[in-house]
Amino acid sequence: MTQRILLAIGLFASLVAAQAPKPAAKAANPTKRSLARTPWGDPDLQGVWNDATSTPLQRPSGVGQKDVLTDEEAQGFAEELANDLSRDRRDGGAEVDVNRAYNEHWMDARRLKITADRRTSLIVDPPDGRIPPLVKLPPEREKARAARAAANARFNAGMPLTYRDMSLPVRCIIRTDSPPYLPTIYNNDFQIFQSPGSVVIAPEMIHSARIIPVGAQPHLGTDLHQWLGDSRGHWDGDTLVVETTNFRKDDGVIFQNADPDTYRITERFTRVDADTLNYEFTVEDPHTWTRPWTARIPWTKIDPKEQMYEYACHEDNYDLVHFLIGARSREQRGEK
Amino acid sequence: MHNRLRAAIASAAVLLAPLAVSQRAATSPSFPAYRAPRLAGHPDLNGLWQALVTANWDLRNHEAQPGLHPELEGAYDAGPAGQSIIEGGEIPYLPEALKKKKENFENRGKVDVSNDDNRHGLGDPELKCYMPGVPRATYMPFPFQIVQGSSPYILIAYEFTTATRIVRMDWKQEAPTPAWMGWSRGHWEGDTLVVDVTGQREESWLDRAGDFHSDSFHVVERYTPASPYHLMYEATIEDPKVYTRPWKISFPLYRRMEKSVQLLEFKCVPFTEDLLFGKFGKPGGSR
Repeated sequence: MTQRILLAIGLFASLVAAQAPKPAAKAANPTKRSLARTPWGDPDLQGVWNDATSTPLQRPSGVGQKDVLTDEEAQGFAEELANDLSRDRRDGGAEVDVNRAYNEHWMDARRLKITADRRTSLIVDPPDGRIPPLVKLPPEREKARAARAAANARFNAGMPLTYRDMSLPVRCIIRTDSPPYLPTIYNNDFQIFQSPGSVVIAPEMIHSARIIPVGAQPHLGTDLHQWLGDSRGHWDGDTLVVETTNFRKDDGVIFQNADPDTYRITERFTRVDADTLNYEFTVEDPHTWTRPWTARIPWTKIDPKEQMYEYACHEDNYDLVHFLIGARSREQRGEK
Repeated sequence: MHNRLRAAIASAAVLLAPLAVSQRAATSPSFPAYRAPRLAGHPDLNGLWQALVTANWDLRNHEAQPGLHPELEGAYDAGPAGQSIIEGGEIPYLPEALKKKKENFENRGKVDVSNDDNRHGLGDPELKCYMPGVPRATYMPFPFQIVQGSSPYILIAYEFTTATRIVRMDWKQEAPTPAWMGWSRGHWEGDTLVVDVTGQREESWLDRAGDFHSDSFHVVERYTPASPYHLMYEATIEDPKVYTRPWKISFPLYRRMEKSVQLLEFKCVPFTEDLLFGKFGKPGGSR
């Protein structure tokens, strides 16, 4: 609990800090002249980066075909979001109030901002900003999806049967550490380390390091699978291109439970200026989606005085026990 | 034959004289002076490293031992014998603390996470797949990778439970809050990377023998390159609430040399879920 309070105070502090006027780094023209390099000559991506944004992954239906907001619309969107998150929401009774426990107090303040280019979706391809439709799935995959949906429904109803009814993030097995990296409500920090021949990404959730050999080293054998897959990188000009394969087949490891045998993810990391890194990923799986799709998320460098904290998820996973004890207690009271 | 015997006796006599010296050398290898290659002006410690000592079972001298459930696992979970890595052989416990260490050992295989207030009260944290803390992470039977570049941070990534720690170089700020892997601040002393570790969660253990510490745990590590393939590791450990004086451990770290070797995942949470959470499931409700 203390950890949570500290985290909350940290978030609040960063909220206040965010209101202070920003230095002019952003206003300066982003030019390639001063692209930082490591002593061994690679583009320098080292630092602590944050990918929080309020821009949704998929374009909301309300904005129609509009792919970029005007300044005015963007301002209006930000204000509406801020109002919505901080308004008094005690209007739904005790149960609803508990369900709204994760209010703006928990959230990364940067999450109130949409991307600097004011896009209406993080997806840039297909042009409609939406994840392409699913192909027809074979019966066994439909069955697995239905089983997963039923487990989620039990969990959401407060009646998980066993720990297996919970998602991988709730079980603290993987969180934002497996690619693609998508913004979430909190702890959107990633620290990048580099050494000659490798780039390492350490996401705040959960404390794993994704070590990416950069060069010609071949992938692991196809019979060796990992939760984070097996990544290999190369430089395409100043862009780090990362191909990741060898994902485990467990439910929920890959986005939308694509087929690990045919799933491909390619990520591109490009430092645009001192404070911005463009993160772009393309996923394809002919066994899951009708076409490949691509999203672009700007990462912002954060003040080194703000630091990553250890995210000890499993060690202090009190919630998982509470969920299960709660469900057993409801069963005893005869609830379904 | 007679001649051969005489020759053998003669050479034995020649060998006897330096025996004492060579035995000493065998127990504490001394390397010829070595200067590590440089990266951004500092010794380059990048690489995949691993300890070969068996201190994770017990920092002190220990005999081979059965696992927790030999009736189920036979020799599978049994532990190897090993020699103490402690200078002087023993941990200087305060009398009360020694009692607790013995209790810890007795309870090492017990787990009860049903009571929030005593969630961490029983069982070796390793059994539960908790991040191991420092220095234990260094001598677990898994490799770890040092990632050193040109920023003021060095990352140490451990295979066990994919634990990581960030070493902040020449950093002033004190530990902001306790963490399982602690708060690490580093500096260079010649070719040696010195890391000062504070702010470790008091619940972590030092080995399966129940060796432990309190919230006053302070560890100073020294990583010294001894050859292209070896780092000498040393840690000075103090905790006035648990030990009568600071004490020291040391052992070599070996570079993993296999072609294309890389750090793999040991995400052990799924191996612990039945043990920790199984009893809270609906009877017969496994999916």
